[in-house]
Amino acid sequence: MTPICAAGLPCLLAAGIILGACARSDRNGPIVAGGDAGRGRAALISLECGACHRIPGIPGARGTVGPPLEGFRERVYIAGRNPNVPDRLVAWIRDAPSLDPGTAMPDLDVSESEARDIAAYLYR
Amino acid sequence: MNGARVQSTLDPAPGSAAWPIDELGLILYAGAAVILAVVCILAITGVVAGPRRVDARRWLLVGGLILPAVLLVALFLYAVGIGNALIAHESPGALRIHVTGKQWWWEVRYEDSEDTGVLLANELHIPLGRPVEILLASSDVIHSFWVPALAGKVDMIPGRTTRLVIQSDRVGTWRGQCAEYCGAQHALMAFHVVAEPAADFEAWLARQARDAPPPSDPRLQLGHDLFFDAGCAACHAIRGTAAVGRLGPDLTHVGSRNSLAAGTLGNHVGTMAGWIAGTQDLKPGSLMPTTSSLTGPELRALAAWLGSLE
Repeated sequence: MTPICAAGLPCLLAAGIILGACARSDRNGPIVAGGDAGRGRAALISLECGACHRIPGIPGARGTVGPPLEGFRERVYIAGRNPNVPDRLVAWIRDAPSLDPGTAMPDLDVSESEARDIAAYLYR
Repeated sequence: MNGARVQSTLDPAPGSAAWPIDELGLILYAGAAVILAVVCILAITGVVAGPRRVDARRWLLVGGLILPAVLLVALFLYAVGIGNALIAHESPGALRIHVTGKQWWWEVRYEDSEDTGVLLANELHIPLGRPVEILLASSDVIHSFWVPALAGKVDMIPGRTTRLVIQSDRVGTWRGQCAEYCGAQHALMAFHVVAEPAADFEAWLARQARDAPPPSDPRLQLGHDLFFDAGCAACHAIRGTAAVGRLGPDLTHVGSRNSLAAGTLGNHVGTMAGWIAGTQDLKPGSLMPTTSSLTGPELRALAAWLGSLE
């Protein structure tokens, strides 16, 4: 093994780890403080959000009343008006009409922690 | 609500007809298992012990004739006894509920209070520990009324009235399901039976007999007005208002029910809005058309008003 190779291998490995880490953080959406995607999935099912939305991973969620929620972390705006950042999304899930009086989505009486869990699932 | 327990013949309510049915089932399973085990042991013994002379006549007589005859006669008598106990006997003075199967929902009418007009859909409440007579009819095709945890299934046949007596000695909410294929949305034709103490039941019945209250704020008033503007009153009745349509379910107390659209969805302002605006998407072929003429705030107001009708 030549000295160059000996030096190059750890470098390559390091580069691979760094690139891998970048790719991984890219795959993850924004972090929602206190949000748990597993609980969020359960909340999406029990609240029956699928009556209006198509949501990947939620059984029977094929609604066409509201927008489909797949790839939500790549969406730039929430419902076309509000920047898609965690706190806005949590507020939207809790009480959509307060952020956009023209929306068809009702205030669903969702708790703060439940909204955080749902946001975590949508960003997963 | 635990899905596995609210609709299971294996978890019958105490005091219900499903209880002896479950018992009969258990005896049949256990008996069949014992017979299977004996036959297997005999077969294995036959192979392991090798060829030998047996008294074929005696084996045929005992194993093939006497044993099955004794077992089947005993089982027959036991099953006849259970069947006799399950027959819906006339019980004068019993609470009577008329349930009519429709594609794809259930119309429920309490006979005791016909004058006060208790008419609802997809939900029955029964008082605890009291037999309740259900009179079953159909207004279109054959349906079948089945609450697995409370009773066996009984068909609803157009032009005929069939009877069923249900009872529960335990407080609870059970799910029933149409058990006779009745068209595209047969699977989305469910209902709930709520067994509650007599006082709670009487209070519920009294509430159901009341007219809908007038809208209490401008937003609910908007929802009320939209109900008529959007044409909902052509098919739905809401007692206390001008809505007297009879094609669809009576909505006087729709906000109090366990489900929307015969078990299609739970019941809150979100599912109400989703059902109104996504009807044909959620339950294709239903007689109710999708309402797509409302703005977002209008849809929310209509859903909020209907939800307030408890």
